Amino acid sequence: MSQSTMMRPPVPPDVVAPLKAPRSGRGRSQRAVAAWMLTPAAVLGTVFLLVPIALTFVLAFTNARLVSPEPMKFVGFDNFTRLFSDGTFWTSLANTVIFTIVVVPVQAGLALGLALLINVKMRGVNFFRTVYFLPVVTSMVVISMLWLFIYQPNGLLNGLLAKIGVHGPDWLSDTRTALGAIILMSIWQNVGFHMVIWLSGLQTISPSLYEASSLVGATTWQQFRFITWPGLRQTRTFILITITIAAFGLFTQVNIMTQGGPLDHTSTVVYQAVHTGFAQQQTAYASAISLVFFVIVLAVSLVQRYLTRDKDVAR
Amino acid sequence: MTAHVAENIGRHSALAVGRRASAGRTVGGYALRIVLCLVFGLPLLFMILSSFKPDLEIFADVGSVRAFLPVGHLTLDNYTGVFDRVPFWQFLFNSVLISVVTVALGLVVNSMAAYALGRLRFRGRKVILAVILATLIVPFEVLALPLLWWVNKLPWLDANGFSLGWLDTYQVQILPFVANAFSIFLFYQYFDSIPKELDEAAVVDGAGFFRIYRTIVMPLSGPAIATVAILTFLPAWNSYLWPLMVVQSENLRPVMVGIDYFKQLNVSWGQIMAYATMITVPVLALFIAFQRAFINSIASSGVKG
Repeated sequence: MSQSTMMRPPVPPDVVAPLKAPRSGRGRSQRAVAAWMLTPAAVLGTVFLLVPIALTFVLAFTNARLVSPEPMKFVGFDNFTRLFSDGTFWTSLANTVIFTIVVVPVQAGLALGLALLINVKMRGVNFFRTVYFLPVVTSMVVISMLWLFIYQPNGLLNGLLAKIGVHGPDWLSDTRTALGAIILMSIWQNVGFHMVIWLSGLQTISPSLYEASSLVGATTWQQFRFITWPGLRQTRTFILITITIAAFGLFTQVNIMTQGGPLDHTSTVVYQAVHTGFAQQQTAYASAISLVFFVIVLAVSLVQRYLTRDKDVAR
Repeated sequence: MTAHVAENIGRHSALAVGRRASAGRTVGGYALRIVLCLVFGLPLLFMILSSFKPDLEIFADVGSVRAFLPVGHLTLDNYTGVFDRVPFWQFLFNSVLISVVTVALGLVVNSMAAYALGRLRFRGRKVILAVILATLIVPFEVLALPLLWWVNKLPWLDANGFSLGWLDTYQVQILPFVANAFSIFLFYQYFDSIPKELDEAAVVDGAGFFRIYRTIVMPLSGPAIATVAILTFLPAWNSYLWPLMVVQSENLRPVMVGIDYFKQLNVSWGQIMAYATMITVPVLALFIAFQRAFINSIASSGVKG
């Protein structure tokens, strides 16, 4: 706004006066045009984003059901008292946290490894990038069905394990392996996405830094430690926050592959919210779960933002 | 596994120092990259190949390399089975309609908003921008359940007259995903790189602001349009949670929800693989055809942290 004022070429004083009147008219028409160009996004954004956000806060304190003959009334903190004494909720929260704690570093690390592998000049590197990225463009629904077969007791994974003499478990029905199995396939599907984001970060680092450091005899590890890693600071923050938010939202794989089982061992917060809010039509209770979920996601991303910003200042 | 990759980076570097080892390094580097190709590619190859095999053969092949080869009794039975089991063309039509309309409306609505926010001057501009950026952090999963309750109360007016409740419609699968904070942000950022002198020259020539948007700014925004189109299309095509909740009628279901049909009664893995292949191959074909645009659009989602 101020930039355009500054960039306007200097006008001789006698020309300014006649231009003044139309300018204020332009200002008014600018407001009018801006108003109607913003209207569609504003209406849709309000109806489908701002109102539902506000509703989460309201409904969580009511007895609302998806379809209900009774009028809705406020019930105070009832939903939250019920939630905090609900064993399934704590299990689901624990599973979600374990999933996130494992997936965030492993997926980010593997994605960075892949990005480094394809950020080189060599024949066929585009082909490799394309293949690593294929699972990302494939829907999670399809990937879940595919891995459901891979994990069958007589499926692909156990078939391959039998080749080397290992008798594999029933991955998704065994309480010891179910969550791990979901973690593995989730990383497999998503890692290409973050590979591309790391790659775009890597490509913002000036090649001259690498050339200069080779001249003074830096090893590749030293180049990684002192050029690549610091150069990826912004990308790192972004990846940390996006993987975390996505990991907290774990739902599709669980819904298709295990329905939260065996014995809630793969139930997650979003799975539980959908299960109560949709299958059991308890909108209010589901809103309470959503609200707690939102507060956790918000808190975690604020903490992450604070921590990454802190380091920034320190450097 | 992280350690494994770190180790490989380390090995890579150790070899990089000694120039003599470069042949071995190239071979080793290729071997690693090819192994990773197998890790990411083989499951998808298995899916496509199995869709042409009878169930018995799929299970018989799992322990051997045959699982990844087009061998044995290859047949289209699974595909005919899919068409017998679900109204595939109807599902496909629904998904195409929903994705295309969401993308088209999204491009218009979000680019107009971004143009107003980035190029026009009015009071409250900064506040609106801040609100839009703040909503970026809210995951859809948080809103899904309150939104479900809410859309069930919304009014609608069409040829059949006035009605209440949007469940079981096309619009409930489209309109909530049209306005998108991230799309607005991407357009806003891109418009910023288009010189404002172009606008000003057009203003001097007497063009209105909407005309400038339509005839100058948008035609110059090809890359942003491609990015927003791809980032809107993929989740629209892949959407599962939302249609699972809001659609009951078979004739309004999108392809992803259709997969649930195959998990009930007489599970046929061959048919599942055939259905999975049919709903994946169109997107994979688009991806391979427009690879650069796909990769760039994902990359640009990470540009600004």
